[in-house]
Amino acid sequence: MKIMAQMAMVMNLDKCIGCHTCSVTCKQAWTNRAGTEYVWFNNVETRPGLGYPRTYEDQETWEGGWVRKSNGRLTLKAGGRWKKLATIFSNPKLPSIEDYYEPWTYDYATLLNSPSTSTFPVAKPKSLISGKQMNITWSANWDDDLGGSREHAAKDPMLKGIEDKVKFEFEQTFMFYLPRICEHCLNPSCAASCPSGAIYKRSEDGIVLVDQDKCRGWRMCVSGCPYKKVYFNHKTGKAEKCTFCYPRIEVGIPTVCAETCVGRLRYIGLMLYDADRVLEAASVENDHDLYEAQRSVFLDPNDPEVAREAERAGIPLDWIEAAKKSPVRRLIQDYKVALPLHPEYRTMPMVWYIPPLSPVVDVVRDTGHDAEDKGNLFAAIEALRIPVEYLANLFTAGDVGPVNDVLRKLAAMRSFMRDINLGGDPDESIAEAVGMDAESMYEMFRLLAIAKYEDRYVIPTAHVEQAHGLEELATECPVDFDYEPTTGVFGEGSGDLTPVAVENFRMLEERQQSDQLVGGGSKRGRVNLLNWDGKGAPRGLFPHRKKQDQ
Amino acid sequence: MSTFLWVIFPYICLAVFVVGHWWRYRYDKFGWTTRSSQLYESRLLRWGSPLFHFGLLGVVGGHIIGLLIPQTWTDAVGISETAYHWVAVIGGMISGIMVMVGLVILIYRRRTVGPVFSATTPMDKTMYFFLALVIVLGMWNTIASSIFGLGGSEGHSFNYRESVSVWFRQIFYGQPDASLMTDVPFGFQLHALVAFFLFALWPFTRLVHVFSAPVGYITRPYIVYRTKDEREGTGVGSRAPGRGWERVQ
Ligand code: SF4
Ligand code: SF4
Repeated sequence: MKIMAQMAMVMNLDKCIGCHTCSVTCKQAWTNRAGTEYVWFNNVETRPGLGYPRTYEDQETWEGGWVRKSNGRLTLKAGGRWKKLATIFSNPKLPSIEDYYEPWTYDYATLLNSPSTSTFPVAKPKSLISGKQMNITWSANWDDDLGGSREHAAKDPMLKGIEDKVKFEFEQTFMFYLPRICEHCLNPSCAASCPSGAIYKRSEDGIVLVDQDKCRGWRMCVSGCPYKKVYFNHKTGKAEKCTFCYPRIEVGIPTVCAETCVGRLRYIGLMLYDADRVLEAASVENDHDLYEAQRSVFLDPNDPEVAREAERAGIPLDWIEAAKKSPVRRLIQDYKVALPLHPEYRTMPMVWYIPPLSPVVDVVRDTGHDAEDKGNLFAAIEALRIPVEYLANLFTAGDVGPVNDVLRKLAAMRSFMRDINLGGDPDESIAEAVGMDAESMYEMFRLLAIAKYEDRYVIPTAHVEQAHGLEELATECPVDFDYEPTTGVFGEGSGDLTPVAVENFRMLEERQQSDQLVGGGSKRGRVNLLNWDGKGAPRGLFPHRKKQDQ
Repeated sequence: MSTFLWVIFPYICLAVFVVGHWWRYRYDKFGWTTRSSQLYESRLLRWGSPLFHFGLLGVVGGHIIGLLIPQTWTDAVGISETAYHWVAVIGGMISGIMVMVGLVILIYRRRTVGPVFSATTPMDKTMYFFLALVIVLGMWNTIASSIFGLGGSEGHSFNYRESVSVWFRQIFYGQPDASLMTDVPFGFQLHALVAFFLFALWPFTRLVHVFSAPVGYITRPYIVYRTKDEREGTGVGSRAPGRGWERVQ
């Protein structure tokens, strides 16, 4: 047994209102730079729909993730190591910019500088790729709210096999939002695809990162990730991906997307797992068994044996305590209401989802029945094969069993709580009907509906006693740091570090005030992931230069 | 003059090559990349890039054989000069044509596809010019000497392995003999000089990506794990415990 800890997230899809706040705040924090205009570490897609990049889930086309060979071993779907090297000069499966979308900006200056005219001046869209005028035809959420429409949803790869039954009769009722970030997989195929070995998984918290100094721009990770959550920065020529906001997690605060989520539907916590069993679980023969196989590698920190073993493995005590309290663990293991996204890719994803009951509730309500009666809801779950099958295609590799169970639990919770809210006695039998007891049903309700900040985010504060001295901590006053780097004799890398957060803030400020159309090519600042936008000579490349060429 | 061209200049270039790489690696790991433009355009790249790169692998292999292996060795194992010559010419022609075709596609792509062109730096253009020049000169030498018999004597085509190759190896022994190069056909002279100049440019261009050819990928484990701090006594928490907080063993 080799115990490791993993930062994980659960999203409760019933509560997502599709406001895209998470995407916007994430972009502001991480990808607001030239070269990453088209990049959304967090995106929210309307389902059924095409997703971003378009039809990324169709692995027959994109060949992301792993496949199980007939001898029972896993191999990358796009081919093993030799094939990767043989195709290194031109990645055959790399999505082009059209598969994402061509990013643009507006030429606002024409509005501001326009002389008085009889017609209103127009700010035309300009491509951020070519700099030319363009027609906008697609974006990261172009089919927003169009779930079920023939033009877009009909091409959803997840409707394969049920499209004949669907006929889009459910188009008015069946639609929900799916916010996505990198899954920080236990068996990441992005890392496995990287020829340079630049993508690594942190053994402390399982966060998957790209080492910007080791990345050589081979782009194999982009095609290797089945969720298409590694992106190519076309200015710096390096791969970038969701960082699980590691500078924030390290100091015990949630990711930006979770912090700012309007629906408060995200939960962050630790999962302990047995790293020795990951590969075995990812290689089970039947796709339908992958969900349970993944659950079986998780360990219960409340088990004294596990706790002792974890401590021996060097996991600090406060981390083990945090794992015990982890809301993510409760939702995945105790209540069993959270499901992984596309377990069939065999990457063992670690951002899980509580599937939405609302499509079912809406149907019951629209037909004039009591949408809080468990009998009606159970019957509807039985009857509404199509939404359930669709959800199963997303979350359980097509196995409707677990999806049914989750939906029945959510339905039971609904009617159970109705009784309580109306002042009646809790009806234990409702909980029992879905294999729970009254108390845990109530606890689950509290966690799903009214949990406080500290219950939703249980992130072990990385040794609070020294938190003030950590590199990223926001308790230091930003003016304490020199933004102009105090470059030592040996240039970049010597001298004091400016915290990423401070530097990024200053860079953004500068960029937003710049007059240039594309990205305000600042030549200041250290070369690092957050700030250099690939323009000009990075500072530190030429030590001792007297004057910047202004 | 010939001492400068055939002794001093190559050493300057090689010094710049070595020191330049060391310096670039030390100060600019972040800039060390292929700077791929596949995201912008992949239809032309799909053909051009593999043709060019695989062709180049052949060309480099040919140069290694031709320049580094002394003629006496091949003679010793009984490969006649004519046999060697024809293998070299045919192999060289095939890879050379691949490189040329690839290069033409790639340059055409770079020039005509807007986003790719605007992502091309002045350094890229300089590098492209010299790279193309070296390749064209190399092709010309192969064709001219083997087919038109340029620089040859008495029915034999010009044998660079008796002059250029010897001189090239001498550079690494530290005693280059400039006189070996003075009588070599002009095309060969120019090819060598431009190639050395390209070596000097190398560390400052995207050509550095050649040295990150990911051969280690074949043997390393698929998933890479990294720990913040592997020092004895430090924890596995997201941060190592500070002094005074060492773990009780
Ligand atoms: S979801 Fe994240 S960790 Fe998993 S393969 Fe994709 S980029 Fe890697
Ligand atoms: S901020 Fe929350 S509610 Fe809004 S789209 Fe994102 S996940 Fe959904």
